[in-house]
Amino acid sequence: MNGVSVELDRQAAVEDDTASTKPSGSFGWLAAVPPAALAVGFAACLPAIADGETIRVAYDWVPSLGVSLSFLLDGLSLTFALLISGIGALVALYSSAYLAGHAHLGRFWLYLLLFMLSMLGLVLADNLITLFVFWELTTLTSYLLIGFDHAAAKARRSALQALLVTGAGGLALLAGLILLGLAAGSFELSVIIAQGDAVRAHALYLPILVLVLLGAFTKSAQVPFHFWLPNAMAAPTPVSAYLHSATMVKAGIYLLARMHPVLGGSEAWIWALTLFGAVTAVVASVLALRQTDLKQALAYTTLMALGTLTMFLGAEATVAVAAAVTFLIVHSFYKAALFLVVGIIDHQAGTRDVAKLRGLAIAMPITAIAAAAAALSMAGFPPFLGFIGKELKYEGALAIASEPLFVAGAAVLANALMVAVAGIVALRPFYGAPSETPKAPREAPARLLIGPLLLAALGLTFGLAPAVIAGGLVQPAVMAILGRPETVKLALWHGLNLPLLLSLVTFALGLAIFLFHQRLRRMLIGFEAKLPATADQIWDSLLRGLKTLAALQTELLQSGVLRRYLFIIFTSVALAVGATLVMTEALPGPIGWPDLEIKHWAVVALVASGAFMTAIATNRLTAICALGVVGVGIALLFVMFGAPDVAITQLLVETLVVVLVAVAMLRLPGLEQAAARAGRRLDALLAIAVGGVVTATLLAVVEGPLDRSVTTYFEDTSVPEAFGRNIVNVILVDFRALDTFGEVAVVVVAAIGAYALLRGAKRERQP
Amino acid sequence: MNSLILSAATRLLVALMLLFSIYMLLRGHNEPGGGFIGGLIAAIGFALYAMAHGTAATRRALRLDPATIAMIGLGIALLAGLGAALAGDPFFTGQWWFVGADAGGKGLPLSTVLLFDIGVYLVVVGAVLTIVLTLEEEV
Repeated sequence: MNGVSVELDRQAAVEDDTASTKPSGSFGWLAAVPPAALAVGFAACLPAIADGETIRVAYDWVPSLGVSLSFLLDGLSLTFALLISGIGALVALYSSAYLAGHAHLGRFWLYLLLFMLSMLGLVLADNLITLFVFWELTTLTSYLLIGFDHAAAKARRSALQALLVTGAGGLALLAGLILLGLAAGSFELSVIIAQGDAVRAHALYLPILVLVLLGAFTKSAQVPFHFWLPNAMAAPTPVSAYLHSATMVKAGIYLLARMHPVLGGSEAWIWALTLFGAVTAVVASVLALRQTDLKQALAYTTLMALGTLTMFLGAEATVAVAAAVTFLIVHSFYKAALFLVVGIIDHQAGTRDVAKLRGLAIAMPITAIAAAAAALSMAGFPPFLGFIGKELKYEGALAIASEPLFVAGAAVLANALMVAVAGIVALRPFYGAPSETPKAPREAPARLLIGPLLLAALGLTFGLAPAVIAGGLVQPAVMAILGRPETVKLALWHGLNLPLLLSLVTFALGLAIFLFHQRLRRMLIGFEAKLPATADQIWDSLLRGLKTLAALQTELLQSGVLRRYLFIIFTSVALAVGATLVMTEALPGPIGWPDLEIKHWAVVALVASGAFMTAIATNRLTAICALGVVGVGIALLFVMFGAPDVAITQLLVETLVVVLVAVAMLRLPGLEQAAARAGRRLDALLAIAVGGVVTATLLAVVEGPLDRSVTTYFEDTSVPEAFGRNIVNVILVDFRALDTFGEVAVVVVAAIGAYALLRGAKRERQP
Repeated sequence: MNSLILSAATRLLVALMLLFSIYMLLRGHNEPGGGFIGGLIAAIGFALYAMAHGTAATRRALRLDPATIAMIGLGIALLAGLGAALAGDPFFTGQWWFVGADAGGKGLPLSTVLLFDIGVYLVVVGAVLTIVLTLEEEV
């Protein structure tokens, strides 16, 4: 973040002159068709939604768990869906020129479209679990997008950071959503929303709120989880434009808006959202001033926007929520446009360092117009939509009952800083005396210009005719967020009132900051140097600590000595089963002299002598043969008690074990030293303990009455339903075929594992 | 192992064991046996062959790599489970056909259950031989 880090996505972008002639670039615009078609489809739903209707589609998914694949289109989801698909189409068109000729362009389209679909699924989901699945899908696909330039270490680190922060938040969200589903008695959002009062009065309300807010705050990068968002700028610029204007980071905002009728309105909700939002907005605006990289500056203004949105969603007042929705739309337009403009500057002039860029308007007049229009909307000048958004914010801030001064103060400060940043990012590079840039700047091709121009034009059009979006988008969305009928009117001219006065104060303050921004930036850099650690560094040390802990734990538990593993496993078995027997008072009572036939005694003698021989054997061959005797004795038992299948299997496995061990034995040391080891007494003790516990368990089981219902079921149904008289086999291949399938899969995996281990051992011996 | 008696006897024994393993596999549904037992018998047969003639000769006799055999078996077992979907039944519901059945007799019973057992047989043969042959070659 020192002005040199602007090299990243130029590696990815090949120069457009050579690239646009390549076939892979010429048809890239086709990728814009699916999102554009979706946008048109959603736009066709506008009249119905504006009339207060909702459209719901549902499929059963896991009906036994109350999970359904259900989607709901209301004012809120339509607003988001239009932004996602509309801006998605423009970004796709832009990328087709920006990344033309890139080696991994196909991969890029896949990631981008997958991400877009995940976002759409997220905002349209009407089931908590469906919503969560799409939420996680956006996390995963954004990971792929941020790390798209995977050869760069910085891109990989940023992608992983975003994944870990938002993924951890996602886990909290999952817990929160499940609790919410239990508290409301349904996982369908449309049902839950109708029970807001019941949920707020529920004992689990606070845990639900904390967990859901953790999910939303990490996704929407609220302080102190803000650090991943500026780092995510390692992505190619069109991706940043998409992720940080309309989508990824707005997912958290969407969640807050969606949960507003359920969780909103309580003291905890109001305070958490207002505080976190205000702190994020102000901290981010200050940090934005400090940046010299255009993209970084924009990233911090995105944080500021997210903070503002969170702050206003904390409120109950209609006008505050209307301000949030309007600002959401405004922000998506101008932020996407500005990111795309920065991409054009980077692409055409070869740098994003604000100190090196001046006077570009001469060479790139159309880009300059788009930048100026977007910047004016961002700064909130009339007649742009940004002005209406800002006026509404002030009106909303003053209408907030709890802390109007605090919210209004934060809003004015953040907006003033935004005016300054708009000047720095979008005006300063284009005017003044032209400066030396790495590439001689030239006007961008049409495909790069369409996106920013259209978005800037929309900001102006809606500013002049605010009624279009007021009735179609803002009002239905506000109704969905508040869960009650509302009327919202937007107008450019509100008359002479306090919001207008605050606007004037904002402009004056913003101008002053713009004029002195270089001095302010030096001050901030000096201040930052004195801080003990930035959030990013704290994150690094956190990860380091985690790795150290994992290494320590592995060293402690994984000794690599087979004997020790076996000792731990058998000790745990003996202790756990033994303790359970004692604690549940299931220990068997005294047993009398068993009533056995001579053949049974013979088998007992065989098994016992085999076991004894194994224990005292002084060479391995003897030990294995003796162990084989034990196995054969057990097989005989199975034969006597009518389980021929088990007996056959037992005998065959015994045979195989002898073969395997005999082969392996060639390399093992003799038993002589082992027999003399001091630990033998301990081994004997452990063996007796395990044997005793298992015997006691079996006796305890036999003492109780045997439940034969399962056996009877198999006996009754084996022939008529499964056409087989061998119940063991019928169970294996028919009644419990899925279990068997899992087992044979494990057998294959074990074989592959053994293969890898054995081959690896050989390679180590012969380097 | 260089033993004339072993290698001569093995020729006869292995053939018998393989035949017996298939017999055990096919009778499994009604009498003691089945894919698991059949597979173990076949695997032991090949292990015996490997002792008498060496692992290279065993791999030639198998034609396919044992790991591949195991994978094919797993694939067949999965296919047998998926077959139920064609009839609209839940995963792994057995499907039966009685070929040539009439009033007098049941005909020849064929089923996805048998296919599944054949898959299990191949998995056991392949997995056990993967371990046995690698162990003999590497150690």
